Amino acid sequence: MRLIFITLLALMLAAGIGLGSTYVTATRGTDLGTLKIGAWTARPKSGTADVDPYSRATIARSGELPVGTGDGIAFSATADDKRKPLDGRCDVVVSGVTPPARFWTLTLFDQKGHLVANSLQRYGFTSQEIIRGSDGTFEIRIASRSRAGNWLPTGGIERYALMLRLYDTPVGVATRTQRDAPMPSISTVGCP
Amino acid sequence: MIRLVFTIIAGVLLGGVVHLVSVLALPRIASQDAYSRLTPMTKLNAVTQLALADPNNSPMPFMDPAFAVAICRYDLSGGPIKLTVPVSQAYTSVSFYTRNEVAYYAINDRSAGKKVIELDLMTEAQHNELPEDEEVTAADRLIIDSPTTTGLILLKALAPEPGLMPQAQASLAASRCTVQTEPPAPAKQPEPAPPPPAPTPRGKR
Repeated sequence: MRLIFITLLALMLAAGIGLGSTYVTATRGTDLGTLKIGAWTARPKSGTADVDPYSRATIARSGELPVGTGDGIAFSATADDKRKPLDGRCDVVVSGVTPPARFWTLTLFDQKGHLVANSLQRYGFTSQEIIRGSDGTFEIRIASRSRAGNWLPTGGIERYALMLRLYDTPVGVATRTQRDAPMPSISTVGCP
Repeated sequence: MIRLVFTIIAGVLLGGVVHLVSVLALPRIASQDAYSRLTPMTKLNAVTQLALADPNNSPMPFMDPAFAVAICRYDLSGGPIKLTVPVSQAYTSVSFYTRNEVAYYAINDRSAGKKVIELDLMTEAQHNELPEDEEVTAADRLIIDSPTTTGLILLKALAPEPGLMPQAQASLAASRCTVQTEPPAPAKQPEPAPPPPAPTPRGKR
């Protein structure tokens, strides 16, 4: 009787720990093979044939198709430079320069990867649409109400993610630091 | 007491095994992966343009709204696939995924270096069966080996401004993805009455 109880306990513990940790790693992802520059995170290996098993599990669960290495690379950010989560009710400024690339796009998604509805039907910017300063730097203001310049509407949702995708770029598996890939800064400048 | 400690240790160790097995099995058992999502809305061995991503309806998460996207869902068991994608004005790329969404190859318009991206996709076995003289002409014919017999080809054309989206979609609409039932036999006139499952005519370039 006792033996059965103990075996059952061990099996339940195993199932709980095993499946629970799989769920967490498949939903949140792991730090395995990630490239972190400032607030931005990329997984350069996800676009190659030697993608790690954890990234494969994450991709299969979310249902996305990763950007292939010969195509480009995707950086995502869910918090600003001071690790404050991106809040759609606040004003957030993305400014600076981007790594060399033929084109890039910056897109705003909710946490499930859907675009956020707004009356302008503006879901992001491409490198060609952006208004730049005389020195080539740019500033994108992400806010729920309209702003002058490059305004990206949030629709007032609480949490969102930014995705900066570089196309036809030397940034990839060999990139390590900010010097190889100067990423724009993200800062929260004011909350109502 | 000591028995309980052993039970917990055994449970944790077994939990690690369960974790590893489930992580490795997840890509095979996932029912909401990109291939399963795209299967009902795409044709087999043909190019299907996807609707533009919008907030209420996007076929996959994290799709780039600046791109026109088309999918060729392939099955190589009937023969190799020939893919032709005309290059759009801004940026065009073709990415290849296995059945389990491993991106094994991707090419963009600049690395293709021509006005049309032309590729032959085949399994390794079909590649090995190619006659020797075919191999010589392979220099101007890009041959890609697919690790799996089924998979996805993702065709993307960038619209740098929203107004250029129709052009990007038009260039994808002109792309082709067709099965080559047999290797192109040289100097053979087509018979006047071919057998009923007539192969679709392919544009020669």
